[in-house]
Amino acid sequence: MSATGIGASVRRKEDFRFITGKGRYTDDINRHGQAHAFFIRSPHAHATINGIDASAARKMKGVLAVFTGDDLAADKVGGLICGWMIHSKDGSPMKAGAHPALAQGKVRYVGDHVAVVIADTYAIAREAAEKVVVDYDVLPAIVDTATAAATGAPVLHDVAPNNTVYDWKLGDKDATDAAFARAKHVTTLEIVNNRLAPNPMEPRAAVGEYDEGSESFTLYTTSQNPHVARLVLSAFIGIAPEHKLRVVAPDVGGGFGSKIFIYAEETICVWAAKKVRRPVKWTSDRTEAFLSDAHGRDHVTHAQLAMDETGKILGLRVKTTANLGAYLSTFSSAVPTYLYAPLLSGQYNIPAIYAEVDGVYTNTAPVDAYRGAGRPEATFVVERLMEVAAREIGRDPADFRRQNFVTQFPHQTPVIMCYDGGDYPQALDKALELADYANISKRKAESARKGLLRGIGISAYIEACGIAPSAAVGSLGAGVGLWESAEIRVNPVGTVEVLTGSHAHGQGHETTFAQLVSDRLGISIDNVAIIHGDTDKVQMGMGTYGSRSGAVGMSAIVKALDKIEAKAKKVAGHVLEASPDDIEFKDGKFSVKGTDKEIDFASLALQAYIAHKFSGQELEPGLKEGAFYDPTNFTFPAGVHICELEIDPQTGIVTIDKWTAVDDFGNLINPMIVEGQVHGGIAQGIGQALFEGVVYNKDGQLLTASYMDYQMPRAGDLLSYDIAVTNTPCPSNPLGIKGCGEAGAIAAPPAVVNALTDAVGHEDVPMPATPQVLWRAAQRAVLKAAAE
Amino acid sequence: MTAVSMTVNGQHVSAEIDPRTLLVQFLREELRMTGTHVGCDTSQCGCCVVHVNGDAVKSCTTLALTCDGASVTTIEGLAKGDELHPMQAAFRENHGLQCGFCTPGMIMTAVELVSRKGTNLDEHTIREELEGNLCRCTGYHNIVKAIAAGAQAMGTAAE
Repeated sequence: MSATGIGASVRRKEDFRFITGKGRYTDDINRHGQAHAFFIRSPHAHATINGIDASAARKMKGVLAVFTGDDLAADKVGGLICGWMIHSKDGSPMKAGAHPALAQGKVRYVGDHVAVVIADTYAIAREAAEKVVVDYDVLPAIVDTATAAATGAPVLHDVAPNNTVYDWKLGDKDATDAAFARAKHVTTLEIVNNRLAPNPMEPRAAVGEYDEGSESFTLYTTSQNPHVARLVLSAFIGIAPEHKLRVVAPDVGGGFGSKIFIYAEETICVWAAKKVRRPVKWTSDRTEAFLSDAHGRDHVTHAQLAMDETGKILGLRVKTTANLGAYLSTFSSAVPTYLYAPLLSGQYNIPAIYAEVDGVYTNTAPVDAYRGAGRPEATFVVERLMEVAAREIGRDPADFRRQNFVTQFPHQTPVIMCYDGGDYPQALDKALELADYANISKRKAESARKGLLRGIGISAYIEACGIAPSAAVGSLGAGVGLWESAEIRVNPVGTVEVLTGSHAHGQGHETTFAQLVSDRLGISIDNVAIIHGDTDKVQMGMGTYGSRSGAVGMSAIVKALDKIEAKAKKVAGHVLEASPDDIEFKDGKFSVKGTDKEIDFASLALQAYIAHKFSGQELEPGLKEGAFYDPTNFTFPAGVHICELEIDPQTGIVTIDKWTAVDDFGNLINPMIVEGQVHGGIAQGIGQALFEGVVYNKDGQLLTASYMDYQMPRAGDLLSYDIAVTNTPCPSNPLGIKGCGEAGAIAAPPAVVNALTDAVGHEDVPMPATPQVLWRAAQRAVLKAAAE
Repeated sequence: MTAVSMTVNGQHVSAEIDPRTLLVQFLREELRMTGTHVGCDTSQCGCCVVHVNGDAVKSCTTLALTCDGASVTTIEGLAKGDELHPMQAAFRENHGLQCGFCTPGMIMTAVELVSRKGTNLDEHTIREELEGNLCRCTGYHNIVKAIAAGAQAMGTAAE
């Protein structure tokens, strides 16, 4: 392994600009003559709009325009879309209500977009917005997931009379019923997976621009997938055809899913730029982010696990209601269905699984993918059931898991997925050892002596990443293919530019992708530039989410590198006067087998461009190749996380004092970056379990709209993690990569809750397990102990 | 409009500004120094931390006028030419950043922390002192490591 090649913890190339304040995020971009947008948002969760009087605002000095939904309709601007069709059990298509970028006649959640003021400065726009009078008739609202579809609940969209977008199923109901009929023991759980706000530290922002000369638009925006944004803005919303619309996602300050989607604000900025003939800029403040960034999770689930007398699992039955919010966000429909139920087999042999999922509308912000997207929800169901089942039948939770692990690959689950490889017992054994699981009872006794409650919780997760084979997702309703593109441009001096359709917003692609190219071509990592995030540079791409940039994005680069090597060998054949079949390429040098004739990569690149040694008719000059890589399967990262913690029953304060993570991500390109991804994922998972929760009151007012009300994990709340890996290389892609971006967020919540419930001795610990929740839970334990 | 003048990263600057201009707006919009970020506008996240007369302050809730005559240091003023400040170098070496958005505030907070608590910082102290800085990417693990290492390096550099 070279110091900068595959497998080396190379320090990141992108860091210099970030640590010196030279990063370039969307809000850092200012275009000449730009105006500023301020969005007027609904203060009501549900209301009809009788009229909007913006006359006073329009007269204010410095105000350029006030636009409402009528203006968008007059311009035939299309609504925001949901790109994944889900069908109900009866075969009917999901019931998607219209989602205009500015409300037309009705608002459906607090923060819904009513109008936009565009002015010379942000301050003027904001002041003018105060003068816009919106006449509302307030309607009753529904925010509760479990009762949204109940008779009498207020209806959001006429197309969905009982607020049900779909009632979907997966798996074999009869086989599952039969499994439960012969079960010796059934474990039943009622689970609420709490609603979260993704909260990348950089708020969303957009600068829209229109060039009259070329009649083309540019949108600078905080996007994880600028090409998908362009596709949607062009083909569905109708801003401009794709060749007249450039979307640039420069440095992006975190995404975690929330910047996948095409939102109202970005759409309005680019549309309005032509209307007011000036660039239009908008930057979200944090409260706007809480109100209108797509939220995550929000499931209510009834789950049952059936076992025989030996503890072998016979079947799993799940009924979930998923809150989709007031409108269907870009990929929202897929998250609680195809990104959720196919993971319900976990790491286990489960012969029969049946899942039903109802997606419901409520008067809340749209819900869509957030780190893990469906897979954390599935893992929480499976790993809570495993833990509770083990406790109920008097088994050690680790042994019970081991008994039911999948050990033969490939393994076809009853819910679509075919696991292609892994070694689950190995990860479990390693984690148990690192966590000193064997001596937990001693540590529990020690805590008890101090009046504290100690608990330990295991989470053995699996996820499906590398999303995904295009034909497969197409058959499941996806409106797009999920391949990735790469183009390798070798310059005449031997430096290399890699254009990728993946997008980095913290993942370090400029380093890891360069490591791959450096390793393969034998050139310095400093001579490789990774270019992404600009639709004028990269032709097409699908962006970054679902831990796909390594498994899919880098595989596309490998494919393009294969073509580069093949072409370069032909050039080398001419230069070295040998058959291309006799050319070997190693350590950056092309040589003729069995001779000392050789040429280095940079010299070869020059020869490809000057084209003096071969006929341009016989062999095209130049050295540039592109590739599209469509994955052959999902990838299946898996691992075991163990959380050990101590609760003070007097205060409800919990201290996590040991976190063990053993993950199998297949081959690693840069272990340092992989560990960083795991750290961040665990922190978000602990956040879900202990701190975070979006709260609406019954009227639909958002009570958690700032960092003073929504508890983000802080450094003092967390700990340093013990991280280790196992490696079964992924058999489905050329690099053997599985993906690591979401693992921590998927693994962590059940590990924490399993530890908390172990500590208090009962299962009634909802997330987020705040000190108040834990105090109550612990007092129950204390009272029970006293009674005994 | 009101006149304001201050020293920013060693350079004297003066301007006529709207009295309600925040320090972060003055830096980002007037001086076009965009290394200082706004992550929450309620002084919770710390992406906007700069030094005013040596103290770490949240520039999103500081009026620029209150800094009249002050000496302000931002992330852009920390390195000496091409030579990184030891805390900047430690963040890179320890992978203390991912998306980079919170990083300027983290580094400015860390440098001021060392000035108050010294170069020998234990994990508990660092974690407690970071209560005003949020990061969503790193889980803080490597930020804590970076600050401990950066503090040590600052001590070595001062010797």
